[in-house]
Amino acid sequence: MAEGTSNEYWRWPEGKWTNPDIDWKKGTIIAAGVDVGSVSSQVVVVVDGELYSFGNTRTGYDSPDSARKAMHIALEETGLTVNNIDYCIGTGYGRVNVPMAQRTITEIACHARGANFMYGPEVRTVMDMGGQDCKAINCDEKGKVLNFMMNDKCAAGTGRGMEVFADLIRVPVWEIGPRSFQIEKEPPMISSTCVVFAKSEVVGLLEQGVPENDIMAAYCAAMAHRIMELLNRLGVHEKFVITGGIAKNEGVVKRLEKELGIKTAEKKWHKPEYKNYPFDTQIAGAAGAALFAEAMVSKGKAKSVRKA
Amino acid sequence: MIVAGIDLGGKNAHVVILKDDEVVAQGENATGIQKAVAAETVYDETLNKAGFNRKDVKRVVATGSAGKRVAFADGVIPDAAADARGVNRLFPSARTVIDVGAEEGRAIKISPEGKVLDFAINEKCAAGTGTFVEAMARALEISVEEMATISLKSNSSIPMNAQCAVFGESEVVSLIHQKVEKQDIAKAVHDAIAGRIASVARIIGLEKDVVVIGGMAKNNGFIDSLKKETHLDVIVPPDPDFVGALGAAVAAASGVLQEQVEAKVVELETVEEGQAS
Repeated sequence: MAEGTSNEYWRWPEGKWTNPDIDWKKGTIIAAGVDVGSVSSQVVVVVDGELYSFGNTRTGYDSPDSARKAMHIALEETGLTVNNIDYCIGTGYGRVNVPMAQRTITEIACHARGANFMYGPEVRTVMDMGGQDCKAINCDEKGKVLNFMMNDKCAAGTGRGMEVFADLIRVPVWEIGPRSFQIEKEPPMISSTCVVFAKSEVVGLLEQGVPENDIMAAYCAAMAHRIMELLNRLGVHEKFVITGGIAKNEGVVKRLEKELGIKTAEKKWHKPEYKNYPFDTQIAGAAGAALFAEAMVSKGKAKSVRKA
Repeated sequence: MIVAGIDLGGKNAHVVILKDDEVVAQGENATGIQKAVAAETVYDETLNKAGFNRKDVKRVVATGSAGKRVAFADGVIPDAAADARGVNRLFPSARTVIDVGAEEGRAIKISPEGKVLDFAINEKCAAGTGTFVEAMARALEISVEEMATISLKSNSSIPMNAQCAVFGESEVVSLIHQKVEKQDIAKAVHDAIAGRIASVARIIGLEKDVVVIGGMAKNNGFIDSLKKETHLDVIVPPDPDFVGALGAAVAAASGVLQEQVEAKVVELETVEEGQAS
């Protein structure tokens, strides 16, 4: 599963998928959402409002290149090109630098809309765990944002914080969640909030001979606690979902559920006909952007820019 | 009468020996993980330098974040109290002490007698500490000392957007990629930390004279930025990282073995609230 060189412990698996049940040529409106985040970039393509394909890759130094790369991954082997797309919306940290987008929408709105589509209209709180920020969002049954709380100033509680930890402890980032449960008893959480100070604390624990798995548990617990503080300030309501990369880390998610006393919704498509489609929590923002794009064209609020 | 003060901090241990109220020796070493051991070593080395042994010493007072781990100390006083006593001893006119160490930044309002009147501290976020500057120096691939020197040559003022040390490293790397001069990046880093330290200091109010101590006080680039940020001519003693140990020794000389101070703990706000538009 590992890509890249063996010492890139932060490197999470990239992904792509194309819907075998849809022939895009038979579709009326083809819309795309491009979410260029600080760490990862995704593209979702919807055909008449149905999920057609997605691509998920790491963001490079250059936002336009990252957008193009994610688009290339999403469109690969489909025969579909950017020229066939009616409308495209950019979102995320690098949204102003998405060359194929006709307009931009904030990732807060897109994540709420995307979570509504993925998990269903009962979703009321979305916790988006981004690469360099985290946002707790309350939304209505249409996926419209009511209010939110955001931390984008501090790496604690962000995907980046987990990557830094993975690199330090030299364990691939996707192994941290499962290994954090291979412990005899739950250790006290890492006491430093700051990622930099947490690193020193972890080094101290390693030198004391504390087992690696216990340290992973302690780090996951600290991250869960940090997220919980943000959620408690906003007020969390069921159905509660987590989007973004950290949603894939059970070590954080399970401990957060325990602290909050609220379960996260099952990572499963709301639409029963999607039950065999892969469910990637990282695509929520791009999915929301694609659905906004589709709605703008179908409701006549935007003109199709389709060239072919 | 021979007394000793020892400051066991996050990164370094400092010892000051006083004989009849005069400094006769001082010593320092890096603490590493075995802080208690480091304290023993530097204490014996410093005594040795002065030609004393442990039996000659009447009292030892410890301070610093790991002060409680100094097994041979007769008493432990908080950093703020040690700083206040040490600065008062050097500069009786001082009313504000700014102490920036590896893992914390604090501002202390002191009385003409060297008592702590008020005190604010950030120890939760690396962004307001020496660790932030070290991390940025690593990203720049230069030493902290070199960073201090080159930053003084810069005439630009690029703001750093990142508050966090982790994000700051990425920002520095991105500035390097944009071919921004290293001296300008160094200045941006010093301006950023000066801004954060000043915001901690403003909680207690900056009253003259202002004395800056701790390891970061040796960084001229930071001091320059701090002067501009506060519009004050701050004073830096010759050995700014020994002032805590000096204060502990002064306490030992006065027979003070414990002291209590109350801090205003500062947390840099990181959360923004938003409503649907």
